[in-house]
Amino acid sequence: MLLGPALAVSAILFSLGVAGVLLRRNAIIIFMCVELMLNAANLAFVALAQQLGPDGQVIVFFVMAVAAAEAAVGLAIVLAIYRHKQTLDIQNLNLLRG
Amino acid sequence: MFWLFAALAVGGALMCITRRSPVASALWLVQTLFSLAAIFVLLDAQFIAALQVMVYAGAIMVLFLFVIMLLNLGRGSATDMRGWTGRLVALALGLLLVTELWVLVRSPLASPLQLPAGTLSRVAQEQGVVAVISDSLFRTYLVPFEVTSVLLLAAIVGAVVLAKRRL
Amino acid sequence: MTPDIKGFLLAATVKIVVVFSVWMIAIMLATWLERRGSAFMQDRLGPNRVGPAGLLQPVADGLKNFLKEETWPKWVDQPLFLLAPLMSFIPSLITFAVIPFAAPLPGFDFTLPLLGRFTYQGPIPMVVADLPIGLLFILAISSLAVYGIVLAGWSSASKYSMLGGIRSSAQMISYEIALGLSVITVFILSGNVTLSEVVAAQQRTVWFVLALTVAFVLFLVSAFAETNRLPFDLPEAEAELVTGYHTEYSAMKFSMFYVAEYAAILTMSALIATLFFGGWDIPFTRWDEGPPSVARCAATLLAFGTKTGFFLLFYIWVRWTLPRFRFDQLMELGWKVMLPVALGYITVIGLVVWGAERVGVALAPVLIGLNLVATAGLLWGLDRGRLLAGARARRAA
Repeated sequence: MLLGPALAVSAILFSLGVAGVLLRRNAIIIFMCVELMLNAANLAFVALAQQLGPDGQVIVFFVMAVAAAEAAVGLAIVLAIYRHKQTLDIQNLNLLRG
Repeated sequence: MFWLFAALAVGGALMCITRRSPVASALWLVQTLFSLAAIFVLLDAQFIAALQVMVYAGAIMVLFLFVIMLLNLGRGSATDMRGWTGRLVALALGLLLVTELWVLVRSPLASPLQLPAGTLSRVAQEQGVVAVISDSLFRTYLVPFEVTSVLLLAAIVGAVVLAKRRL
Repeated sequence: MTPDIKGFLLAATVKIVVVFSVWMIAIMLATWLERRGSAFMQDRLGPNRVGPAGLLQPVADGLKNFLKEETWPKWVDQPLFLLAPLMSFIPSLITFAVIPFAAPLPGFDFTLPLLGRFTYQGPIPMVVADLPIGLLFILAISSLAVYGIVLAGWSSASKYSMLGGIRSSAQMISYEIALGLSVITVFILSGNVTLSEVVAAQQRTVWFVLALTVAFVLFLVSAFAETNRLPFDLPEAEAELVTGYHTEYSAMKFSMFYVAEYAAILTMSALIATLFFGGWDIPFTRWDEGPPSVARCAATLLAFGTKTGFFLLFYIWVRWTLPRFRFDQLMELGWKVMLPVALGYITVIGLVVWGAERVGVALAPVLIGLNLVATAGLLWGLDRGRLLAGARARRAA
């Protein structure tokens, strides 16, 4: 039974993802950390699917579809930002502050 | 086996959030994703594992690398860690997370929800690895599935509009 | 250890060792065949000095690459520079593990003096690992092969390599989609994703190339793009980018890319043979489906080798016949032609299978009729200038 360990690993990965988002300033790395968090959630779903039936795996399927969509749009935004500002450091991205 | 891949996954994640160069970060993340795929196999989810490698490692991360290389961001700047305020906020949120996890660890899994051990692998043996998922995907979750396709379409349009210099 | 476990371990080890060594020899022969073939097509002789008809030339090349100096250009990212050839070498080798290459052998039961008794109940499947996810494994692992090229491009710190890496990442992602979609029709007909089941389904009915010609053409074209072969070898394009991603590589590291390329070609040839040409099935006879025997195994192995070899030759033939695409043409073909055609074809095949089950007609005649129409349409489309807009048409638009 790997449920406990798998959930623990999932929690650790999720925390690392959160830490990455909070600590880094490079937009693309922040983005990768978001993917890491999504994957941690996936791991939890798969681990629970082993206990509760295959529906959990279906959810992972949806998460992947959403992650793909998110990656496409997010990277397009990153490209647009870079063209506009020549940097991806989010501290310099304060356009809305006027 | 599980612990080996778990260690690889966590190590990869740790390296991913600490490396300076985005390319190195991306590669460590690939290692994490790949180890997660191996863990999925150990958790009776072979189909999801294949999808994980195909979609995450094979497509999404290549896309990341493509953008990093296109913008020529490969050589990282000196450091992009946040200052002290950021770290304090991170620490506070981390402590909160640890507390939540602690509470969750103490509470046991609701027992009536548990299948007897090995049910999923037995079902997979009987129906085939893919059939297990497709059954539930195309019966119970048909509407979400269709909505996902709309979402993907919207994402494609959005990405093209954002990335194109002039339409 | 029980005799069963020992027998299983013995069978697995022997399979791995034999397949790996045969595979490496096949790769060597493939490089020889490429050079001799190209020479033949250009009215030259090609390498003919080392061994009979130059057959030992690959050995000499390998030896040379062992002894040459490993160069490390000044600005390379060293760990990644070393990792890149490995990343392209390993996926192309392990994908072959799930392809069944012959009819099963009979089980064995014998006793060795010191090691004791070995048994293997039932037939031994002639595939290194018959995974339940079969083809998905190949798609997943081959999608990793792009990392080798991208990393080589990036870590070399050279303009040409970088351009090659960028090109290959865009190209591989685009054509992977068409590759995956064209295989889905095969799944619909065979009803399973394991390759041994796909072969069995073709033995029961017809080779899928007769039922799914359009999918076959799509798969073939994407396979060329996935293996970076001419007409889609833009990542290395020696006329524009020197040799693209491996410009900075020398000696053994270059050798690895070289071997990886041919390993990928052989795997793709084997895959085409398995998916669309019946795998190890011998046509026009049902003898090969009988109970396992050594003769059947050998004969089917020969059939599989012939089919794979044919596609290997086809790869070489195409390389020395067709000119290279421009990059915008490549993207246009991938996204504006192959993707819609593949999606439409899945819909059509799905509807036909569903409709035939509903109405109760036999599936085969309907599919073959449909196939005739589809192939006619395909040939019409392939007719000059209809699939890809040339530069002039672009200017006019």
